[in-house]
Amino acid sequence: MRILIVGGGTGGTIVANNLARRLAGEVRAGKVRLTLISDTDRHMYQPGLLYVAFGQMTPDQLYRDEASLLDPSIDFHVDPVTDFHLGRNQVRTRSGKTHEYDLLVIATGARIVPEEVPGMSEGAETFYTEEGAVRLHKRLMEFKGGTVAMVVSIPHKCPVAPVEAIFMLHDFFKARGIRDKVKLQYKYPVNHVHATANVARWAKPEFDKAGIEYETLFNVKEVDPVNKVVYSEEGTECKYDLLIAIPPHRGMEMVERNDLAQGGWIPTDRFKLTMTGHDNVYVIGDATNIPVSKTGSAAHFEAEVVAENIASMIKTGTPVREYDGRVYCFIEAGYDRATYNAFDYVNLPELKPPSKAIHWFKVAYNKMYWTTVRGLL
Amino acid sequence: MGQCKVIDARNTFCPGPLMELITYMKQAKVGETLELLSTDQGSATDVPEWIKKVGHEMISSEKVGEVWHIKVRKAK
Ligand SMILES: Cc1cc2nc3c(=O)[nH]c(=O)nc-3n(C[C@H](O)[C@H](O)[C@H](O)COP(=O)(O)OP(=O)(O)OC[C@H]3O[C@@H](n4cnc5c(N)ncnc54)[C@H](O)[C@@H]3O)c2cc1C
Repeated sequence: MRILIVGGGTGGTIVANNLARRLAGEVRAGKVRLTLISDTDRHMYQPGLLYVAFGQMTPDQLYRDEASLLDPSIDFHVDPVTDFHLGRNQVRTRSGKTHEYDLLVIATGARIVPEEVPGMSEGAETFYTEEGAVRLHKRLMEFKGGTVAMVVSIPHKCPVAPVEAIFMLHDFFKARGIRDKVKLQYKYPVNHVHATANVARWAKPEFDKAGIEYETLFNVKEVDPVNKVVYSEEGTECKYDLLIAIPPHRGMEMVERNDLAQGGWIPTDRFKLTMTGHDNVYVIGDATNIPVSKTGSAAHFEAEVVAENIASMIKTGTPVREYDGRVYCFIEAGYDRATYNAFDYVNLPELKPPSKAIHWFKVAYNKMYWTTVRGLL
Repeated sequence: MGQCKVIDARNTFCPGPLMELITYMKQAKVGETLELLSTDQGSATDVPEWIKKVGHEMISSEKVGEVWHIKVRKAK
């Protein structure tokens, strides 16, 4: 049995390590082979980018060598996949190699496409890449006063990141003693301050308390970097001195090129996590079209379900459970307070008032992440 | 009539049915019809409000059992 995992990020690494643990005997006996292919030898802890933007983490703290995170029994290749031949149970890589599989797990994540919004790349800063987070931090340190606007494009991963970032901006400028010289403007695409009703209900009074101004039903259409104006699809506009954008996302270009998906989001059964029409192909994490938030947390829970099911099918011929839509996300409510958001397909999140304890738990999780992806936690 | 693309956002709280609709609307071609399935009460008012503001076209909205079926056409 050849199990091939494509993508060495949060989901792919957890699935690989979880399978290595569950199928250790079968791997040792040569009955199962586990292969992971990624396009980089490094693994980035993406949530750390938010802290880089505020000078609370340095970029080098975001990375580990992927090989050091993987169980030694996993055959790891750094060689981007260029083509999926699902009909023939094969993938091809850039080096020209063909990998055959019996079971395939796709965990290739998502990419940002700021170029889809005219002027966004030139006019806006973003903390969704390492380079962007470093540059945004520099700009924030140099900022003397004026309007800081944040615009949110969709779809995007980590739906709570914009809320966290705006609260952290409030505390950042307070700490620098210039909060009274800064106008914070938050622009959000749906008609609440967050797409999840209970997060919106919690955040709105917190915005009011912090003096954060907001406009809803604002879908970014265009940025004019010369005159420093951002326009919405809905016909409104906002002048800014510093613009922070959560850029629109797409699935991987290679996924689109191989006609696996529209917009790059692979059609996936929301319970079984198999690709529509392909029983031996699983899809997890940001790469799916499942209507849950694109988060490391969802990728983690999905990876566990897939690994448990694959292991059980090999051992007993039957899968054991379905993915229930579970997501658990911390939400920073500033520099020293946080709350969290836990829900599944049927249960709404209920937000607790932010506390220092939850903030410190997120800070601890930022380190514990490495233990989680190794499969130890 | 062309084919109508169905967006199944039943039983979702994050990123939310309207967010799903906006995502797919961006990919759709002008003139295309999309049908949103949602179990979220809010969709019945949220979706028409956005459609009106942005200038697309509401076709229909009806509740079948626990599920809202909301049809919209991309107008620009
Ligand atoms: C600023 C920011 C803050 C965030 N905060 C949080 C948070 O607080 N909580 C949370 O749960 N999530 C958060 N996230 C989201 C989280 O990081 C992602 O949702 C998560 O990493 C998704 O996991 P994944 O395995 O689907 O994709 P990824 O972790 O992105 O992994 C995809 C992997 O596939 C590889 N790959 C891509 N193309 C190919 C190819 N052609 N061949 C081989 N390999 C390929 C990539 O190199 C990468 O290793 C945040 C993200 C950002 C940007």
